[in-house]
Amino acid sequence: MKNDLGGLSDSTKFHEPVSVDNIDNNVLKKMLKSMIIIRKTEQQLALARKEKLIGGPVHLGAGQEAIAVGISESLQSSDRVFGAHRSHSHLLALNPNFYKLFAEVLGKETGFSKGMGGSMHLFDKSSGFYGSVPIVAGTVSLAVGAALAAKMQGTNDIGVAYIGDGAVEEGVVHESFNLAKVHNAPMFFVIENNLFASHMHISLRQPSDLISRFAIANEIPYKLIDGNDVCAIYKAAKEQIAEIRNGDGPRFIELVTYRHYGHVDWRDDVDVGVDRSLDDIENWKERDPILRLSKSMITKGCWSMEEEEVFKKEIDREIIIAWDKAMNDPYPPLSATLDHVYATNQKETS
Amino acid sequence: MHKHNYGTAILAGFEYLLENYPEVFVIGQGLWSPWYVGNSMTDLDKKFGVERIIDTPVSESACTGAAVGASLAGMKPIVVHPRMDFMIYAMDSVVNQAAKWSHMLGGQAHPGVTIRSIINRGGEQGAQHSQALHAWFAHVPGLRVVMPSTVADARDLLIASVLCPDPVMYIDDRWLYEQEDELPPVNEINLLDQRPHITQTGTDITIVSSGHTSLLARDAAALLIGKNISAEVIDIRVLNPFHADEIVTSVKKTRNILVADSGTLSAGFSGEIIAKVAERLPVDCLKNKPMRIALPDAPAPTSRLLEKDYYLSVEDLVKAAEKVLNK
Repeated sequence: MKNDLGGLSDSTKFHEPVSVDNIDNNVLKKMLKSMIIIRKTEQQLALARKEKLIGGPVHLGAGQEAIAVGISESLQSSDRVFGAHRSHSHLLALNPNFYKLFAEVLGKETGFSKGMGGSMHLFDKSSGFYGSVPIVAGTVSLAVGAALAAKMQGTNDIGVAYIGDGAVEEGVVHESFNLAKVHNAPMFFVIENNLFASHMHISLRQPSDLISRFAIANEIPYKLIDGNDVCAIYKAAKEQIAEIRNGDGPRFIELVTYRHYGHVDWRDDVDVGVDRSLDDIENWKERDPILRLSKSMITKGCWSMEEEEVFKKEIDREIIIAWDKAMNDPYPPLSATLDHVYATNQKETS
Repeated sequence: MHKHNYGTAILAGFEYLLENYPEVFVIGQGLWSPWYVGNSMTDLDKKFGVERIIDTPVSESACTGAAVGASLAGMKPIVVHPRMDFMIYAMDSVVNQAAKWSHMLGGQAHPGVTIRSIINRGGEQGAQHSQALHAWFAHVPGLRVVMPSTVADARDLLIASVLCPDPVMYIDDRWLYEQEDELPPVNEINLLDQRPHITQTGTDITIVSSGHTSLLARDAAALLIGKNISAEVIDIRVLNPFHADEIVTSVKKTRNILVADSGTLSAGFSGEIIAKVAERLPVDCLKNKPMRIALPDAPAPTSRLLEKDYYLSVEDLVKAAEKVLNK
């Protein structure tokens, strides 16, 4: 495989604090808090899964929080955001209601998807989150359609698809890039290149680790960014999203990152990950998006260790309360299995 | 009343929808040169503009997915697949996405997309331009499946499908396009209220079918009268969710059943009809063994002689009815 990403895929690099230049302090604080909330929510899910309190699989994205947080800062609630199997952060960056996520993962009717979806099928249209599903690349073409609809409806809303490096191995993604470009769809393709698809390293799956080569092939303007630098993501996405809203057609951003946990559930997954070493994981944890932003903000003087401790304790407390509440919430009624098959809740008699 | 054939009735359905519902748009291959689809979409692009009649790259999967996504965003898209066979590339968007979003997301997301797929048999086109795969789709909960066999249904079920908030697979058949009928102005019908139609009443045998096979059944019933056999003909119209009440009632009267289907026999829709009806009949109801008649369990051959033998004919249905009745 050609290492076209260069240092971006080298776990020993990009450990230094991020540049916070020209970003408002309130935005910095909001993004930092959002990343901390997502991290702590996923840590709670990891623990609960380990303790077998959660029945189904959870695909955790701890380590990748900067992407959804940096992108979402420039989104509006009427945009159309689509996720995939690892989408807790995509949703929480738009709506940090971890109680509803806990309830959903536990299959309770108070959850984001009324307890019918679990971790892998999430919905919160009021915040712009149209849906996530675990069929790899299953929502990419849907996002393009929602973007085309935005154009037909005369709005300045955009479609957003979060796409992993594994998903670009699916044919429909290339059809979707082409369709979006040919029809000038207001569409934002957000590539989360975490170098792994399940257990397989990208070097075993593709001839190059640079996913942006597909943007070039489809004449879609793109940016390649450190996916653990929330400030760089924020700035790049803000510019690209403005261009999309302006009617300039689709944009593409590739963000290189890494997940702390394995493909699924709470383990580091060193055993089943091909080419995933403990050293690598430890090095990537040094490229932590939260730590790097926090350090910069403290240096700038707009944040302090004390503030961070207070905030983290408050979130820990809220998470315990939310988790207990979700655990005690009711399951959907048995009738829900048939009631939700069709929009009309029609009782089929024969 | 306007004189229509099945193809122009579909066209009239498109025109009605595009004139009355600004959220309707059409997407699919060949729409700016719609010779693929007979006379059923002529000049829609000229009348309603290329922004609403969208011809596409050769990407069945992404285009179907895009239609699903647009429907989630409040549009009423119709995606057109000129051959049902080509649509197989789009199975994920149809089966995993459109059919399941309502359920998986707690009844909060409604992909009200209509997928028009066309069965285009004959003409020595062979196995990949000919399939009638309605049974596959009728097996998918959450996906409504419609097969109009009459001129009126061609128009009115298309309109009902598009106005329905659920995903609908609308399947028409090129072998039906020449049928003619007079049609009154459109009166919108609710897809949820649609049931099988008894297109001819009779007393000796119930013949159940859908799509093109229903045309064969109507013609067969006319011939059977000459043989002193009174056939009751039932056109299913909506295959999923499938309602069997009318068929059960009919078979209780005729006490004989023949099912004819345009797909292949094994694990096909004909078996579902027999099963659903049989389990609701009294044990001693049937006077004779029930019978299914469908395509052989083989892909469609291209060679003319084999092709003619492969597809069902009116005579096949007549003979089958006689066989059920031991005549």
